Amino acid sequence: MKRIQINESVCIGCGLCEVYCQLEHSQSKDLIKVFKREYPQPVSRLSVEQREPISFAVQCRHCDESPCVYACLTGALQRDPDTGIVTVDIDRCAGCWTCMLACPYSVIRQDLYQGKIAKCDLCKGREIPACVENCPNEALTYVEEDSIIPQLQLKREAS
Amino acid sequence: MKNATKVKYLLIGNSAGGIGAAEAIREVDKTGTILIISDESYPVYSRPLIAKYLAEGYPLEKMLYRPTDFYPKNNIQTRLGNKVTHLDIANHTVRLEDGQEIQWQKLLLATGGSPIIPRVDGITKKGVFPFITLDDAKAIDQFVSNQTKAVIIGGGLIGTSLTAALVEQGVEVTVVEMKEHILNAILDDEMSVIAEATLIQNGVKVITGHTVTKINSRSKGDDTVSQVTLNDGTRIPCDMVAMAIGVRPRSELVSGTGVTTNRGIVVDRYMTTSNPDVYASGDVAEAYDLVYQENRLTPIWPNAYLGGRIAGLNMAGRITEYPGGTSMNAMNYFGLNIVSAGILIPADDSYEVLSQRSGFNYV
Repeated sequence: MKRIQINESVCIGCGLCEVYCQLEHSQSKDLIKVFKREYPQPVSRLSVEQREPISFAVQCRHCDESPCVYACLTGALQRDPDTGIVTVDIDRCAGCWTCMLACPYSVIRQDLYQGKIAKCDLCKGREIPACVENCPNEALTYVEEDSIIPQLQLKREAS
Repeated sequence: MKNATKVKYLLIGNSAGGIGAAEAIREVDKTGTILIISDESYPVYSRPLIAKYLAEGYPLEKMLYRPTDFYPKNNIQTRLGNKVTHLDIANHTVRLEDGQEIQWQKLLLATGGSPIIPRVDGITKKGVFPFITLDDAKAIDQFVSNQTKAVIIGGGLIGTSLTAALVEQGVEVTVVEMKEHILNAILDDEMSVIAEATLIQNGVKVITGHTVTKINSRSKGDDTVSQVTLNDGTRIPCDMVAMAIGVRPRSELVSGTGVTTNRGIVVDRYMTTSNPDVYASGDVAEAYDLVYQENRLTPIWPNAYLGGRIAGLNMAGRITEYPGGTSMNAMNYFGLNIVSAGILIPADDSYEVLSQRSGFNYV
């Protein structure tokens, strides 16, 4: 499967990935409406971790052994054995937040309006996830799993 | 033994542990026979959701942990509503309540826990309930009305979630906790106080540092609950009493079989008991705790599923080590969100405690 490669050394922390994630998961799919009129506002499925000068965007890693799926109390979180994508059946999410506690990357967000979780679905149906497509600096790229490069190696190569 | 049904994998318990094992076995072994036995008659449901069922009538179909076609789709046989009464390890067989014999090659004990019955005079009276299973929740649901007064013995996770559910139904609830604070096993003192304050704000009476010593009826010969007496003699009128002081491992099946038990059935890092063909997971098992770095009971759903999964992989021949679990809980009562994990109250001064509080946010 394809996964999102994060490259911390070229992330400028602009936050466009969050903006476009919200847009992609909105009702209106209209940038102005989403931020000015749409209620409830969609929750970004990823967040930019920042402590100057370091910044990087992190979203669900879609772990093969997924602690959130194993921890889910209701069976709402499932990993599709064919695509490898971890998704939530939002109808069955009880908002207990146990998955947030179990996730080693802290990438599961709360949608407090709905009282349920919000998580990355790799923009199902889209060829390239919205966060990747709209990253102005290629700090996020969408690559085959076996070409994912660990951050430390990327750093070494950059310096 | 001629008439015994033969199966490759026998899983006793149809909750998180049993399902975790069944799913893992099917990842490795597509054809080996799997049989799940449970004394509950429901397909696997989310046990933690029984509080939501009681609170708001959460629909049963949404409580199902797996889709309705889960068992046939994965070629899993079931005997639900049937209890295992005898385990013979030497012959690799079990006997069920209805007399059937089943021969197995690999066995998982995921029998869970049963409510600890406090030693209280009158505990068998009508109106005294445990709160562990869906049937318990249904029984309470039928019993209560918005006129009911309830006393809950035990201010732990079960007691608190039951309290929140009953309050939703308009029940007047008093929680009696033996220790100084409610939720004392999973929260530190400061956080317990916040949790207590939240209950009190929502009309719950919280009595800590006390125990219930007697459950009374109105008159002799009457078997229904009318009040409880506390250890200091205080009497609290009520129609209902809930036992919520915790669960104890349901390990009766292995007693006398030579399988090692301590507080629960002891398993190694492969979820194997002292017998190489017998595995255990979930509330019944005493498995590795990665924070304490020793075997402990950690009766929570995620550990049951993961332990069951590891057991299943090993049963099917894919040797996999259990990374360990620890106590970890997420709670959500009356709009107060709490998560807790690991050691909350340090054993000695060698731990550094970091905490921060601003208003109602406490880390």
